[in-house]
Amino acid sequence: MSYTSPYELKSPLYYLLIALALLVLCGGLLAVHEMESQGHIITGMNNQVVWGMPHVFAIFLIVAASGVLNVSSIGSVFNKPDYKARSPLAGLLSIAMLGGGLMVLMLDLGRPDRIIVAATNYNPTSVFAWNIVLYSGMFATVFVYLWTMMERRMYPWSKAAGLAVFVWRFVLTTGTGLIFAFLVARQAYASAILPPMFIILSFAWGFAVFYLAQSAIYAWNGKTLEAHVQKRMSRLMGVFVIGALYLVATYHLTNLYFARQTAFEHFILLDGGVYPQLFWLGYIVIGNLLPLLLIFHPSLGKTKSVVGASLAIILGAFALLYVFIIGGQAFPLDIFPGFETSSAFGDGVIASYRPSVFEVLLGLGSLAAAFLITAIGIRVLNFVPREVPQKVEHH
Amino acid sequence: MSEIDTQRRNFLKTSVGAAAVAIAPGIMLFDIAHGKPEGASSKVRWGMLIDTAQCKTGCNECVTACNKENGLSGGTAATDSQWIRKIEIKDISNGRELSLPMMCQHCEHPPCVDVCPTNASMKRADGIVLVDKHRCIGCRYCMMACPYKARSFVHEPLHDQNPDVPRGKGTVESCTLCVHRVDEGRQPACVESCPNKAILFGDLNDANSEIAVKVRAVASVQIRADLHLNPGVRYQGI
Amino acid sequence: MMKILLSVLLFASTSAWAADSSAPKLDIGKGGQCVEDTQWMRKNHMHLLKHQRDETLRKGIRDEKVSLKNCIECHASTKDDSVIARDDSFCVGCHRYEAVKVDCFECHSGTRKSAWLQQRNAK
Repeated sequence: MSYTSPYELKSPLYYLLIALALLVLCGGLLAVHEMESQGHIITGMNNQVVWGMPHVFAIFLIVAASGVLNVSSIGSVFNKPDYKARSPLAGLLSIAMLGGGLMVLMLDLGRPDRIIVAATNYNPTSVFAWNIVLYSGMFATVFVYLWTMMERRMYPWSKAAGLAVFVWRFVLTTGTGLIFAFLVARQAYASAILPPMFIILSFAWGFAVFYLAQSAIYAWNGKTLEAHVQKRMSRLMGVFVIGALYLVATYHLTNLYFARQTAFEHFILLDGGVYPQLFWLGYIVIGNLLPLLLIFHPSLGKTKSVVGASLAIILGAFALLYVFIIGGQAFPLDIFPGFETSSAFGDGVIASYRPSVFEVLLGLGSLAAAFLITAIGIRVLNFVPREVPQKVEHH
Repeated sequence: MSEIDTQRRNFLKTSVGAAAVAIAPGIMLFDIAHGKPEGASSKVRWGMLIDTAQCKTGCNECVTACNKENGLSGGTAATDSQWIRKIEIKDISNGRELSLPMMCQHCEHPPCVDVCPTNASMKRADGIVLVDKHRCIGCRYCMMACPYKARSFVHEPLHDQNPDVPRGKGTVESCTLCVHRVDEGRQPACVESCPNKAILFGDLNDANSEIAVKVRAVASVQIRADLHLNPGVRYQGI
Repeated sequence: MMKILLSVLLFASTSAWAADSSAPKLDIGKGGQCVEDTQWMRKNHMHLLKHQRDETLRKGIRDEKVSLKNCIECHASTKDDSVIARDDSFCVGCHRYEAVKVDCFECHSGTRKSAWLQQRNAK
């Protein structure tokens, strides 16, 4: 393989973004310091909404980290050369986002200083405990996979490693879905459809992140994506968006069918204030209709509009997760079915939650961390997609 | 297997202890006053029976007593700890109103224990569900899992805790059934404080205990019995 | 691994300390010996406490002799009833000197229980 053009990231924008990301990361760490010394009282979280903004960021990053590997799987497992060339970048993005997601999850703990306890005391029935294994295993498998792709002597193992990654990320996103799926206490969760829903969402979100990263790298290098690759990738992204929308719709429709769940659906889809607004405007319009238009409209679908579609998908992802995680907790527990309840502890009323600046800083810090790992990774190692030469001959 | 052995050993020990009650009550009393070196026994299942007919709307004595006993601030902001709370419930179909105390239900199959990644949420041999704050990392998954909203997270640094009731920032906590009192042979604070004696506390496994006799005699329910968690707290008159 | 390292460090520092004249002057409260001799306790009290906390909390075995509450009962200052209130308090004095963070009192009370109860009931 001959390296045609050296990929030098000369753009001043690159360094500006690195500096900016460092600044945002520092803001995140500052927020952690404040949360550590003053307690979670400075966040918007409380005894009813126990997981807040940090978890929205964390779950987005972890789900997208799994989904971005789809690009690798299509290359390694299903032998599509266009995607194979992109596998290393997908692996790097996955590690970066998983790292960022875990960072925010860990730093939001009440006692992050005791994280070692999580390793020394292991409860085999806890989905969280399973996830600790799944996350570390994911790092390991993706590292090995990257190694088999970047070290010539390891090439023969690349397919096997790709298959391992393929299986592992399915199990990992299943695990993420199970965190919620196994919760009988709250009406928003406890549904077997959540793991598959998260898997398909991961395809769409991961693909959007990949497309953005790839477009940025190409732009910095003054390159343009080959038209057939661009078209193929954006179409696939559109298909994933439709698939995810189908599962989200199924989740809500099954809930609507069960009489005991209709009050919750009423709240989350109609009269719950910010939550229905975010669902319809944020997730449905910005996260689905807009990107589908940008991708499939005959006069659109070029790189610029697909970059816009990717951004819209990511915004929609945050809207959906906010509704799912925070809206899901804000709805009161049904401790006495068939009774109206009231108490001094928020029984029977919709909980209020206002994210504090510290939570947002921590969340943005995790995005910055993921960005830094990616940006530095592509600078020091050969992660940039290179079209496979024979592809041109086929063309 | 070793656990069963320990239980058997404990059983033998307690049997000997029971014999001692008959022979030397003085010695036994001394043991109780100085805590139980033999530990919690799985022969015992601590529980409560709450008679809602005796629980009065507007009465908050159990809550006040709990706050004092365990050193809680008594605040009712969404970030304040509340180990026990009064809930007013109203049957939507016929308007019947009731008032009752709600706290950790000390389930036989507690979801909080299932989900805790570090085994900090745990159930003692005698059925008391506790948070081991030495292990709690503050992930709050147990709060997501509890169907009774029984748990609170300590959102602020604390000072001047009760020496019997350690509590601290960044960990999750809930009703301990006043384990420090129970281990001394006393009743939980809420039970003692109720002016109408609406809360009956005792060993559900001891067929002759007042609570076991009453649970056999009157109709009582477990809250969210549909979840099959078998709570140790039962309610009468719902 | 951390534990071994810490123990070695602690051992090294405590053995050096036995002969050190600049050792901190502690307010040992009522003092006295009920578990083991002073040097043994300096070296091993943390293991006792750590073992005992699991026994007490998880199994309900309340062995008074080695309970933290009981340690505090005797070793809290006779002046302010605390093992942590001042720079020369029983726990703080030594832990500062050795630069070892003591985590116990973020949750546990550092006050003698009898005194604490008196204060609360006076309120």
